Amino acid sequence: MELSLSNEQQMIVDMVRRFVREEIVPLEMHLDPDADQLESDDRERLVGKVKEMGLYGLDIPVEYGGPDIDVVTRTLMAIEMSQHRAGLYAPCYGVFGGAGLAQLFEASDAQKEKYLYPTLRGEKRGFFGLTEPSGGSDPARAIQTRAIQDGDDWVINGGKIFISGADKADFGLVFARTGGEGRGGVTCFIVDTDTPGFHVRRIVHTLRSAHYATELQFEDMHVPAINILGQLNKGFAIANDRLSRQRIPYSAGCIGVAVKAHEMALEYSKQRETFGAPLSNRQAIQWMLVDNEIDIKQATWLTLEAADRARRGDSFRKEAAMCKIVATESAGRVVDRAMQIHGGYGVTKDFPLERWYRELRIRRIGEGPNEVQRHIIARDIIGAGLR
Amino acid sequence: MGVRLEKPFLLLQAAAVKAVQAQMGVYQLADDNEQVLYIGSADARSLFGLRGELQRFLEDPEVTRFRVEVNTAYHTRRQELLMLHQADHGELPVRNRDYPFQLGRLSPA
Ligand SMILES: Cc1cc2nc3c(=O)[nH]c(=O)nc-3n(C[C@H](O)[C@H](O)[C@H](O)COP(=O)(O)OP(=O)(O)OC[C@H]3O[C@@H](n4cnc5c(N)ncnc54)[C@H](O)[C@@H]3O)c2cc1C
Repeated sequence: MELSLSNEQQMIVDMVRRFVREEIVPLEMHLDPDADQLESDDRERLVGKVKEMGLYGLDIPVEYGGPDIDVVTRTLMAIEMSQHRAGLYAPCYGVFGGAGLAQLFEASDAQKEKYLYPTLRGEKRGFFGLTEPSGGSDPARAIQTRAIQDGDDWVINGGKIFISGADKADFGLVFARTGGEGRGGVTCFIVDTDTPGFHVRRIVHTLRSAHYATELQFEDMHVPAINILGQLNKGFAIANDRLSRQRIPYSAGCIGVAVKAHEMALEYSKQRETFGAPLSNRQAIQWMLVDNEIDIKQATWLTLEAADRARRGDSFRKEAAMCKIVATESAGRVVDRAMQIHGGYGVTKDFPLERWYRELRIRRIGEGPNEVQRHIIARDIIGAGLR
Repeated sequence: MGVRLEKPFLLLQAAAVKAVQAQMGVYQLADDNEQVLYIGSADARSLFGLRGELQRFLEDPEVTRFRVEVNTAYHTRRQELLMLHQADHGELPVRNRDYPFQLGRLSPA
């Protein structure tokens, strides 16, 4: 196993790091501390720069026109891209583009034409609608939204909660029960948000200020059968596949924030003097810095290992679950220690630490809560008998 | 928490504004008919929070009413209020028409 970066990886990492420091961080001086969008002029200018760098549309597979960058390098880039105030939930304010909803690569040709390609071109946006008020940890059992066949249509009734970006989306993936209980009775529908009966009822305000969540209601919403993604009653596998893959960049984002918070804490501890000496001279502070270093390193190696297995085409479900747990929990600890070292300033909105502290807390719940990740790992190491 | 801001409007006068908390949050400005003219927020850079923001409008002849909501999620709450206004009236308040960021669509119950 190669533990050092190749020349090409190092070059890309340096390029992204410079971009974040020279283009993104200065803009944030003038933005609301809780901002999650750039004004359109800035956005267009920076998208242009990223395209010139050849790094636009990172998650788009090569065959769909994306840059040919492997998942390990993309993970290294994701660690860099979150190293600014809005970086956890709006890394580089989206100017690197994205693939949108990865499940659409499984779509039929007609569905790809209508939804995937426009998404890749940045013309359409989608949302991912799985979680319901009845529970998100175990959606296979909890989904109560029902779809009933009516001729060539399916009629959907029910609702979703905590759905990110649905108010700005053109379409979404809605998981609904079409069969019996459990994972074998769930189907994934592609739903246009202008379909009669589709309602975004409210914003769900959370600790996170970027990309708020929404609550959805479906009232006699007619969706044509051709909008079923994949097969009838096989929607759960589609949801699950995305969730595992997503955990790698999700972890990388947490690590980036931790790296930046740690860097700030180191710097501050050398400058700030109390009782006649810099904070960095005190063992209590040194140990916090040491623990930060250890937390970041172990999260980084676990995340890169998961990415490496994914790159090689090996199973990575367990590794993705492990890095998700370690990165989300250790980043929370690192930011907490960095705040402590900054004293009162640490909790002000003058610094990004308070925003990271709030937003990181969500990371232990989102993309499959950490208890569920532990359950996945236990199932793998003890055997499938565990339910 | 209700989705709409439904508190009664107060008269925009120096004494009333002075009593407003210097906290982060959102506010609505209205005319004599309680028609909302502007939805704003006092963010972390507002020197005296909501109070400071409102003081800027004391001399504005069109604006005669205001109401506030103290809310640390001022950023998303402001967007929500703008979207609600758009859903209810088909357009943004007259002084928010140059709002620079993309807004979503809400269809509140
Ligand atoms: C800001 C935000 C954005 C989100 N965006 C989306 C989105 O875009 N799309 C989407 O579909 N969902 C989204 N979610 C939902 C998220 O995935 C769920 O909140 C999450 O899956 C947990 O579901 P729940 O909240 O219903 O908790 P529950 O399932 O009710 O679980 C409650 C707690 O019990 C724990 N728990 C559950 N089972 C076990 C067990 N067997 N053993 C021990 N502990 C257990 C859980 O870990 C959790 O801590 C978002 C959530 C948030 C907060």
